[in-house]
Amino acid sequence: MIRALGWVLRRDLLLAFRRRGDVVNALVFFVIVVSLFPLGVGPEASQLRNMAPGVLWVAALLACMLSLARLFAPDHQDGTLEQMLLAGEPLVVLVMGKVIAHWLMSGLPLVLIAPLLGLQFDLPGDALVVLCVSLLIGTPVLSLIGAVGAALTLGLRGSGVLVALLVLPLFVPVLIFGAGSVGATAAGTGAEAHLLLLGGFLALALVLAPWASAAALRIAME
Amino acid sequence: MSKSDTFSWFHFSSPQTFYPLAGTLQPWFAALAFLLCAVGLYIGFFVAPTDAQQGESYRIIFIHVPAAWMSMFLYLVMGFWSGIGLVLNTRLSSMMATALAPTGALFTFIALWTGALWGKPTWGTWWVWDARLTSELILLFLYIGFMALQAAIDDQRRADKAGAVLALVGVINIPIIYFSVQWWSTLHQGASVNMKSAPTMATTMLVGMLIMALGFWMYGIAATLARVRCVILERERHTDWVAAEIGRQT
Amino acid sequence: MLEARQLECTRGDRRLFSQLSFRLSRGQLLRVAGANGSGKTSLLRIMCGLLAPSAGELRWQGRPIRAEREEYSRNLAFVGHLNALKDDLTALENLQFAAALGGMPADAGRMLAGLDRFGVAHCAELPVKVLSQGQRRRAALARLALSPAVPLWILDEPFSALDVGAVVELERLLAAHLASGGMVVLTTHQEVQVVAHAVLRIDLDLHTAALLAA
Repeated sequence: MIRALGWVLRRDLLLAFRRRGDVVNALVFFVIVVSLFPLGVGPEASQLRNMAPGVLWVAALLACMLSLARLFAPDHQDGTLEQMLLAGEPLVVLVMGKVIAHWLMSGLPLVLIAPLLGLQFDLPGDALVVLCVSLLIGTPVLSLIGAVGAALTLGLRGSGVLVALLVLPLFVPVLIFGAGSVGATAAGTGAEAHLLLLGGFLALALVLAPWASAAALRIAME
Repeated sequence: MSKSDTFSWFHFSSPQTFYPLAGTLQPWFAALAFLLCAVGLYIGFFVAPTDAQQGESYRIIFIHVPAAWMSMFLYLVMGFWSGIGLVLNTRLSSMMATALAPTGALFTFIALWTGALWGKPTWGTWWVWDARLTSELILLFLYIGFMALQAAIDDQRRADKAGAVLALVGVINIPIIYFSVQWWSTLHQGASVNMKSAPTMATTMLVGMLIMALGFWMYGIAATLARVRCVILERERHTDWVAAEIGRQT
Repeated sequence: MLEARQLECTRGDRRLFSQLSFRLSRGQLLRVAGANGSGKTSLLRIMCGLLAPSAGELRWQGRPIRAEREEYSRNLAFVGHLNALKDDLTALENLQFAAALGGMPADAGRMLAGLDRFGVAHCAELPVKVLSQGQRRRAALARLALSPAVPLWILDEPFSALDVGAVVELERLLAAHLASGGMVVLTTHQEVQVVAHAVLRIDLDLHTAALLAA
């Protein structure tokens, strides 16, 4: 089982490496969205500092959501998804492999680049650290929940917009506590509670989301 | 005991037997809904005392609060039928879930609309990011997502099952979302207004609200039954009994 | 042994077939025939367990296939319309991944032997996107050469896009599989010569016609 998960992970990472452009594009999208906000609301430093956690987190949500289109759809088109459903391994395990790969390619890069963008918004050092930690815990939840949405909308007309409709409301708790943790640090009230709750969401999503995704995939492939 | 004596709920789990039953029950629920709403509105608008702080404008809560209750309750009911449909593979359960969604969305929308109407005279703004209104807004998004997903899928069986998975995911998430939004709103006390400034409840108000809630409940049942009858006819249109039914009505 | 009991399949409003029963034993070939849209692919997908029949059931070794999905899948090799090859991976990498999914050893030597069997060993290190349609189909079929121990092969139009040489090679491979006690289900438009001691044939057009007449 672990071996099958490893193979799926390895294959998806290899594919992403061969198509590096896609990963880079999602990252550039994140940077551009974040950079648009100062242009929209003006360069006033204290206002930007207040907005930074929310802006960074909303941009992370959108970037993650955009990359969901690549999660199952290519495998669906070329028939490899069919073969995964027929593998002698539980589908949940294979889905888990794909979600981990998705996070490594879409979530982790955001975690790494976020501090740089935080500097643009004049976030203090401790808030930057919390920003990274919150993204590190929160973005896997986005990948897990997103996988359910991607599986439900697999192969549908206009699935790109539909997946946003399904998934973004479900991202709300992660957004609240992710951005909240950074805001709380900046305000000096401490972010432990926020981060613990994010961790709780991650645990819950880890337990439930792969099952829901696997069920949705079987439904979509009928 | 002869076979016909054993009453079975499963008898009505087939669309063919449920269709006439729903047709018989629907007018009764509709009449009850009308009656209860009339009584509730009378109490709300004429019997309940005027509020010292908010004057007459507070009376919108006789619609707002029951609608908000029903919007959440109906999502749970939808999740329940979805779960049954997924586990037992009964077509009628999935049809019930499909039929419930628009009514749930309607109540959510009414709750939001009346919330806005209440906000304007009370706080001077159409919209406040109050915890309850924000949760209602997200609930509306969930309803819309459910309906949009079902509408986007051509294959009926896939639409039922995919909708069911989404509804169940939503049911698990609603408490989390609700709790998150509560937390969020207590953290950002900058907006000092919230729905808690509603007047303390007098008994007549509570009674009025409960009667309204019952009326909305009955309306929800009546509307769902009417809609599920349409869904049944549409989906079973190739069967002999629907052909006979249509022949009888025309 | 694979047994179908009273299968029925409806897609949308259309009933493709119903009351379809058959039994496939070791060493037997089942050829599913029928016009376009008669439900051949749906039947094959039902037999794989990808699609649930609207009525009836399939049993593998006496047990319903949907009850023990993974166990059944391990006894099954499926080559569908789609080649299940990733454009950005090489033929060899694709085959290795397929073998790993099937729980088979994925060493390069075995893979190359499989590709060689279908005459595409020289393309092993090329990304699939530069291969021709025929070469892709050969690379997809090379999966079968790796799975002699998998008893049930289900093949949807395996001969499409193949040239004469590859058709002969596939026929030989199927014959060897059947001779060693395997089972093969396939759809095809071409007449093929596969040596088998028993060939079953389901014609979905005739089946539906017979049901309508009855």
